[in-house]
Amino acid sequence: MNHLLILPIVLPLLVGSFLVLGHRLKINAKRYLSVFSCILLLFFAVALLHLAGDGQIRLYVLGGWQPPFGIVLMLDRLAAVMLLANAVLALLVLLYAIRGVDESGPNFHALFQFQLLGINGAFLTGDLFNLFVFFEILLIASYALLVWDNSRAQLKAGMHYVLLNLVGSAIFLIGISLLYGVTGTLNMADLAGRVASAEESVTPLLAAAGFLLLIVFGLKAAMLPLHFWLPATYAAAVGPVAALFAIMTKVGLYAILRVFSLIFGDSAGPIANFAQAWLWGLAGLTIIMGSLGLLAARSLQHVLSYLVIVSVGTLLAGFSLGTVHSLSGMLYYLLHSTWVMGGLFLLVDLVARQRGSAAGALITTSAVRQPLLLGSLFFMAAIAVVGLPPFSGFLGKLMLLQAAEGYQRFMLWPILLIGGFVALVVLSRAGSLVFWRSKDPVELVLVPKADKVQFIACLTLLLTSVLLVVLANPLLHYLQATAEQLLDVAPYLDLIKRGDA
Amino acid sequence: MEILFAITLGIMTACGVYLVLRARIFSVVLGLTLLSYAVNLFIFSMGRLTSGAPAVIGSVAEHADPLPQALVLTAIVIGFAMTAFVLVLALRNLKLSNTDHVDSQEPTP
Repeated sequence: MNHLLILPIVLPLLVGSFLVLGHRLKINAKRYLSVFSCILLLFFAVALLHLAGDGQIRLYVLGGWQPPFGIVLMLDRLAAVMLLANAVLALLVLLYAIRGVDESGPNFHALFQFQLLGINGAFLTGDLFNLFVFFEILLIASYALLVWDNSRAQLKAGMHYVLLNLVGSAIFLIGISLLYGVTGTLNMADLAGRVASAEESVTPLLAAAGFLLLIVFGLKAAMLPLHFWLPATYAAAVGPVAALFAIMTKVGLYAILRVFSLIFGDSAGPIANFAQAWLWGLAGLTIIMGSLGLLAARSLQHVLSYLVIVSVGTLLAGFSLGTVHSLSGMLYYLLHSTWVMGGLFLLVDLVARQRGSAAGALITTSAVRQPLLLGSLFFMAAIAVVGLPPFSGFLGKLMLLQAAEGYQRFMLWPILLIGGFVALVVLSRAGSLVFWRSKDPVELVLVPKADKVQFIACLTLLLTSVLLVVLANPLLHYLQATAEQLLDVAPYLDLIKRGDA
Repeated sequence: MEILFAITLGIMTACGVYLVLRARIFSVVLGLTLLSYAVNLFIFSMGRLTSGAPAVIGSVAEHADPLPQALVLTAIVIGFAMTAFVLVLALRNLKLSNTDHVDSQEPTP
């Protein structure tokens, strides 16, 4: 048993708990501790990525209870990739946050660590109920982070977000317990085996449980028609928190990916891959709704929120195609959209700070202090996120487009390309309004320049897009292997050595 | 027993959903509480309904499934914490916007 598997959960738990106990510590001490923890997490993520690279699926059996009886952690390539996505984003967002955002309350860093604990746990767990628990951990941390400034907009969005997620949790529990009632297990790999060998008579119950889970994960992933909470929430949150939330929709996507490729995947008999058919249609509609929202958005933050929705739709489309190529393209696009969207949220925060009371609103107002620097960065980020060459968004979209065949091509191509075009129009309109069509810079002296550390954090996050292109070859090999591992359910089933089998 | 149990769950869930849709924070919290009670009972029932059976294996011939009981316990703890958080958030919201509507403003007729 390799203890490295549990470190991404234990470390933020310990650091977070320590930070709660030491909430009277000097802010700098907290910052060092938090950043140190995030750097370590990044090392763990890289080590785990390397470890999972041999294609073996590793279990960490908590308490030594033989699976399927105890709770297990499960590390495969997918989990390792998601951990890396989270670790990179978290470190850079934290570097941004330590320059001032964390000062308005005592427990920012503790909450941040608990949020990471929940996210890492959700990626690593191999148990459905445990997934629920980690979801709740990451949610309660995100509730508190969301209302960080206590502004009216944040409280309103927070109220909706919390209530919706509470109802979601109730549905999640019903789905989980239904599965338990039918199969008698909660271990994901064991569930996959039991669903595969389930009798015909319980199939409708299993499908009902599957749909309930789909609703919950769809709510977290902001899939149509469950996406209405997202724009207000992300737009209201403070910059770094919104940037960290770029991984939150991906947690929902990860859960969809895991549950509907393993438990309800190819092996599931009459209900095999039932979710994919639904997701295919919903993905297209999500992209369309996101694009419409983009056209109507009235602030930079809203533009970004709708871009998140469009990217969710794109990723779901990649998953519902269900081939090795589409899945590897989707995972590549997932890394791209997590990091670039995070970087964009940080960038917009930098821009909004220099626009006085207008903040992110798309209105003509006095120019920003550093139009050239921020403007060119915005230009680059916009190209990356829209999916134009030479950045990673282009490669990701290209792979998804190529993966679609037959009639799917006729549906996916227009939707994805027109969606990209709409994003391009909206971003260029927003960019020209903010950076060019501005009034005389009267208040220039009053606005401070962008903080260096914040700027570097933002720049690094955006430059991952270039890095993704440079490292595309080895990365795609890895992601291809990830997709193959994900679609091949047999090794997961072998994990559970059942006495009666 | 199953039918009675199912009807109880149905009524509780229906009341919970109705109250959540009232869009006033107090009814919403009550609704969520009812909903989570219903969910907890549902989890419990998924371990099969028996009476008088201890959740210990080996001591008696027929034993109850201990796992749903553990799950319910976890769900209760989490639900309790979340409800407490919603209440605090609602109070803060009430102070700031002077309304108990979940949209933080009175609906315009």
